[in-house]
Amino acid sequence: MRKPARILLAAAAAAPLSLAACGGGDEGPVTLRMTTWSASEDHLAMLSEIADAYIADHPDVEAIEFDPLPFEGYTSTLTTQIAGDNAPDLAWILENSAPDFVSSGALVPLDETLSGTDGYEYDDLIPAATELWREGDELYAYPFSTSPFGVFVNNDLLAAAGQPTAAELIASGEWTWERVVEAGAAVHAQSGVDGLVIRDFDYSGWDNLSTLWTGWGASAWSEDGTECGFDDPEMTAALTFMHDAVFAQEAMPGPGTTADFFAGEAAMTVTQISRAGLLAEAEFGWDLVPLPAGPAGEYSVIGQAGLGVLTVAPHPEEAADFLAYLTNPENSAKLAQYFPPPRESQLTAEVLGQANPLLTPEQLQTVVIDRIDAGVVKPGHTGQAQLDQAVRAALDPLWTPDADVAGVLAELCTAIEPLLAQ
Amino acid sequence: MTRTEVKTAVPGRVQTRPGRPGWWTARRRDHLAGFLFVAPQLAGTVLFVILPLGLMFWYSFHDWNVLAGGFTWTGGENYGRLAQDPALPGVLGTTAMFSIGLVALNLSLALVLAILLDQKLRGTIVFRTIFFSPVAVTLVAWTIVWRFLLQDDGGVNGLLSTIGVEGPNWLRGETTAMVAVVVVQVLKNVGLNMVLFLAALQGVPKELYEASTIDGAGAWTRFRRITMPMISPTILLTSIITVVGSLQVFAQIDVLTSGGPGTSTTVLVYYLYQNAFQFHDFGYGATLSVLLFAIVLVLTVIQWQMRRKWVVHED
Repeated sequence: MRKPARILLAAAAAAPLSLAACGGGDEGPVTLRMTTWSASEDHLAMLSEIADAYIADHPDVEAIEFDPLPFEGYTSTLTTQIAGDNAPDLAWILENSAPDFVSSGALVPLDETLSGTDGYEYDDLIPAATELWREGDELYAYPFSTSPFGVFVNNDLLAAAGQPTAAELIASGEWTWERVVEAGAAVHAQSGVDGLVIRDFDYSGWDNLSTLWTGWGASAWSEDGTECGFDDPEMTAALTFMHDAVFAQEAMPGPGTTADFFAGEAAMTVTQISRAGLLAEAEFGWDLVPLPAGPAGEYSVIGQAGLGVLTVAPHPEEAADFLAYLTNPENSAKLAQYFPPPRESQLTAEVLGQANPLLTPEQLQTVVIDRIDAGVVKPGHTGQAQLDQAVRAALDPLWTPDADVAGVLAELCTAIEPLLAQ
Repeated sequence: MTRTEVKTAVPGRVQTRPGRPGWWTARRRDHLAGFLFVAPQLAGTVLFVILPLGLMFWYSFHDWNVLAGGFTWTGGENYGRLAQDPALPGVLGTTAMFSIGLVALNLSLALVLAILLDQKLRGTIVFRTIFFSPVAVTLVAWTIVWRFLLQDDGGVNGLLSTIGVEGPNWLRGETTAMVAVVVVQVLKNVGLNMVLFLAALQGVPKELYEASTIDGAGAWTRFRRITMPMISPTILLTSIITVVGSLQVFAQIDVLTSGGPGTSTTVLVYYLYQNAFQFHDFGYGATLSVLLFAIVLVLTVIQWQMRRKWVVHED
């Protein structure tokens, strides 16, 4: 090859490098980016529809992109994007990350923008629903989804095991954890399928167990977050009960065993109502009922998801304005198709019924509407990621047949007390 | 008749062309072409290896909390924290246990398989393909399949039950989880070392075996005195690759055990990941990366130095 030709070839090979170094400017209408953990076409279509309407009235915003990230590792991906100077403008935030995001200054305060938006009806937001997302009096994220936990029941499996349905147990005042586990054990003994599954626990997502231990009046830590609650008598009683349910009565699947209620592999499952969609083609009779009563009486636990504007967002002002638009009463009603809203005026069986055609008005009233106000949010704490890991690791020894429940829980508290003190 | 003079380039001498500046020589043109050819590779190495490596050291001297937006110089504070981290000895112990188990099992199994497949028997090509095929499978897909197989009611225990053995809950016991992770990783990569060993075995001159047989050497003596020395360069290569690879294991731990039960499979890379990406503490995560870098460097240097003692032709 002749030398000039060789140099040209080499230059052509190197050219993309110099081109890659060139970047564009950042003037004119802006593009907003919002991360979600839902890749549902229906969810994204609804969000895009609202975004299109916003863009039509706001020439300063050119486009709004919705960027679904995998639910598994969502917060890690989000923080990696932030660390890589590629922060989105808006982000969905998981409830267990709420204390970290809210207290760290990672989110833009929203009170002024929301209360200053015409027709926003800021006072319509339910205080219990926004509590997790506040620091002092300031709201840092909008809890766009506030969904109580309930129990989905496969009536066919219960009937086959000679057990009354959940509705019958509720009517007779027997809808208690003890009775639920008894029914679950009967199903397992009769058919081999699992009796009761606390969905998403899987011997790892321990915060989902708050749907059980709250019935005993237990909590992971004190209200101010400084004292461990795992070695309290109530918690010991609750987890001893669960340990027996798993290993003695075999009403719940043991570690390393998977059972999907929605595929007919379990008689009952504790989860949020948003899972009802999975029953659209169910070939068994089912019901949705509130959580069973525990020794401490009736209770409810709610799961939440927030929407916030990141402080390091490229366009925080425009993003906050869009958030106000996205969550105004009109659009909140649209969001309610999929996510129970935190607005008192919209928590009606009628509004929620449009979104959840598989659920009856009575189910929505008893499981969702009646429960949101009094609902306890799943445990969250500053430094939740470390706590999450420490609690999971310390709870692992509990999930063996001959575990010393009180001993494990005492050691758990020893392990997490330094983290609670931070 | 006119005569055309043809100038020929003399290696090592500067040639100039009429009408061109004197500095634009053939050698300079060659240098430029050479640099342009290696530029993409060089840029990739700088961008994706050297720069991140430098940044890793830089970050390790900072407190970088992503959520809080803090990035402050803390000098050697992270290194002081490293020395006092109560979890670190356990993590390093787990890492050592994993690496030793993996390297020992991987190399010995690879060598045994290579020796077996070096025999002139029918069907060896089929077995070579079978043992090598996991190398070509995506790591995460391979691990996810094994996660299902290793569940309490999974395929492995199902198979054991057919011969009357009640298998343990592999991924829930501290010892069995470590064994499971090591075995899954070995089965994934043993084929690569096996192929390398096989190539080395086939490169051993047959005359050596013939001569030793005539001298009365048995099979074990031939293996110890001829095979092992002759394939020792390959043993060095595979041991370096396997040791470094064992220290970088992440996906298998993440998918199979998430570092549990307890912290029984939390190896250094996973601990690093937890600190940086789950606890949002990138500064300390970078410090752990520096530690990992140092460990890999030291082990590789030791192995490289030891080659003089046990690798043939390296003394």
